[in-house]
Amino acid sequence: MDKSTIATVHPDMPARRYPGPQGKRPRKALSGRNIMLYGALGLAALYYLLPLYVMVVTSLKGMPEIRVGNIFSPPLEITFEPWVKAWAQACTGLNCDGLSRGFWNSVKIMVPSVIVSIAIASVNGYALANWRFKGADLFFTILIVGAFIPYQVMIYPIVIVLRELGLYGTLTGLIVVHSIFGMPILTLLFRNYFVSLPEELFKAARIDGAGFWQIYFRIMLPMALPIFVVAMILQVTGIWNDFLFGVVFTRPENYPMTVQLNNIVNSVQGVKEYNVNMAATLLTGAVPLFVYFVSGRLFVRGIAAGAVKG
Amino acid sequence: MHDNLSSRSRTSVSIRELSLSFGAVTVLENLNLDIYDGEFLVLLGSSGCGKSTLLNCIAGLLEPTEGQIIIKDRNVTWEEPKDRGIGMVFQSYALYPQMTVEKNLSFGLRVARVPRDEIDRRVKRAAAILQIEPLLKRKPAELSGGQRQRVAIGRALVRDVDVFLFDEPLSNLDAKLRSELRVEIKRLHQSLQNTMIYVTHDQIEALTLADRIAIMKSGVIQQLDDPITIYNRPRNRFVAGFIGSPSMNFLSGELAEAGGEVVFRTADTQFSLAGYDHAQPLIPGRKVVLGLRPEHIKVDRDVVGGEVHEAIVDIEEPMGADNLLWLKYAGQTMSVRIGGERRYRVGSRVKLGFDMTMASIFDGETEERL
Ligand SMILES: Nc1ncnc2c1ncn2[C@@H]1O[C@H](COP(=O)(O)OP(=O)(O)OP(=O)(O)O)[C@@H](O)[C@H]1O
Ligand SMILES: [Mg+2]
Repeated sequence: MDKSTIATVHPDMPARRYPGPQGKRPRKALSGRNIMLYGALGLAALYYLLPLYVMVVTSLKGMPEIRVGNIFSPPLEITFEPWVKAWAQACTGLNCDGLSRGFWNSVKIMVPSVIVSIAIASVNGYALANWRFKGADLFFTILIVGAFIPYQVMIYPIVIVLRELGLYGTLTGLIVVHSIFGMPILTLLFRNYFVSLPEELFKAARIDGAGFWQIYFRIMLPMALPIFVVAMILQVTGIWNDFLFGVVFTRPENYPMTVQLNNIVNSVQGVKEYNVNMAATLLTGAVPLFVYFVSGRLFVRGIAAGAVKG
Repeated sequence: MHDNLSSRSRTSVSIRELSLSFGAVTVLENLNLDIYDGEFLVLLGSSGCGKSTLLNCIAGLLEPTEGQIIIKDRNVTWEEPKDRGIGMVFQSYALYPQMTVEKNLSFGLRVARVPRDEIDRRVKRAAAILQIEPLLKRKPAELSGGQRQRVAIGRALVRDVDVFLFDEPLSNLDAKLRSELRVEIKRLHQSLQNTMIYVTHDQIEALTLADRIAIMKSGVIQQLDDPITIYNRPRNRFVAGFIGSPSMNFLSGELAEAGGEVVFRTADTQFSLAGYDHAQPLIPGRKVVLGLRPEHIKVDRDVVGGEVHEAIVDIEEPMGADNLLWLKYAGQTMSVRIGGERRYRVGSRVKLGFDMTMASIFDGETEERL
């Protein structure tokens, strides 16, 4: 470092006896650049939060207040009636028992789908990572390519297959469809996780005499909890938010919550009950939100634990 | 140990014409190896030469492309690892992280549905032998490296196996622990009298532990002998250069005839090879490499009789007990080991005497010992 640079950085430094610190001086927290940065981030956050705010306040207002009022103003008189109505009384098609029916349908669809898809995918991933059977690479490639085929292309063939199996229109059929469509990404997730575990662990277990299932249940499973959480979050939110498969593969009495929400919000008869619509939408979004809040930290940890490594 | 050697008639592990390739890459080719009952065999070689691959084949973790593996007179080539009577210890310990030490030790027995009290008995015994009783309730994460490796050894111990396989078990430990555990493994072998196959690339481990050492290079065993023979009579130049630290000195030159005897000629000097115990005829005119270990070259006052050579001290490396001199001799560099109390100034002249009885001569082309 020559003296001229020191002189320009610290013009009032007395005697230039020391070489001076290397590298750039750390920037102050409130530099112009940071104000720009946080300003932009704050605006973006506001942009996403504003609709949520509008939804919450609207869902707590009565219809007369909505007709007069400004959508941003907080409710003068808080009422939970729209929530009750959305949950238990709103009419969709023939039934007037609100979203509750759709909620329980969604639960009936989601829980088995999540369990089945994760159970199968984790075993797939484990087998692909550790047992290296003949044709494993080919199998894996096919699975991954499968993940890139647009859903729309596959809908009609799957309808035919389900019809032939006698599952078309049933909850079981939809569960099968969800499990199949979750398979590529979940298998990839699990395979990458198990590949990242030390290979010696698997070898040691084999020498100890453990077989395929014993190694899976007693060695691999206890070590894979973070990745199970990641898979669960992906599946819960994915399946809960699904609309397309719900419409296509089920009958009205089995419609999941999202489809029912659509039917409530888009119903053409009568007055538009904005407050009920807002409450219904918030109710539908509650489950994925809840899952994110509860397991968000584990999610991050699972991702960090090699879940996204090639 | 020598009683052992003579009483060893039975073969414990026999590897016949073993080949293994990963796709187009051939790692082991037509490898033959017989390991005696109770023998401590060390597989030594540089990184990537196929030591672990061979060990994994013996363990049954890799399927050989061709060949047979026989353990205790049973052809186990297609047997599952658990049915081969082997236990294995890995460099990375490979302890099951979610299990306590006790559960780690007993896992194999529990899988095999051994009765509870028998499991307890064997775990206790192994823990006593390895001095890990206070650690039984801990998880692997709460152990030091040395303790973890003891547990890993214990895992093989409880299963009462015929053959122990070690894959660089000490490589992850620091120098002090390594030498401690090395002694312990040797003690374990002496008390158990099991067959042990031990992979390492540390020559000190190999020389101190082994009954016999197999030196490997790119999937081929270069020499299989007891440590002293390997050290003093290396079969080819690779083995000679691989074993010994600092490495053996190599002088390139050729054989010539002078005064009715065969001499070694290099640059502007030539000297007698009298005393060299050759296995093959020394033919004048042949290009050869003469190998001399640093401790087999005598310096100044140690030179008694024989031909005297002169060299110049280039660098001095005092190492406490020893002093290592790097010399310029006949245009080539040589290292010489002398007592630590004898010091030399750089640039000074020294007299050298070569001990031909301890020398090695290799063919310049085939690099085989002559
Ligand atoms: N699964 C595999 N697929 C392809 N090549 C492999 C595989 N495993 C090992 N090899 C190759 O086989 C050769 C021998 O590997 P091996 O692990 O036996 O070496 P090593 O002697 O144990 O080395 P180190 O001292 O580094 O452990 C290496 O060149 C390696 O690249
Ligand atoms: Mg290795």
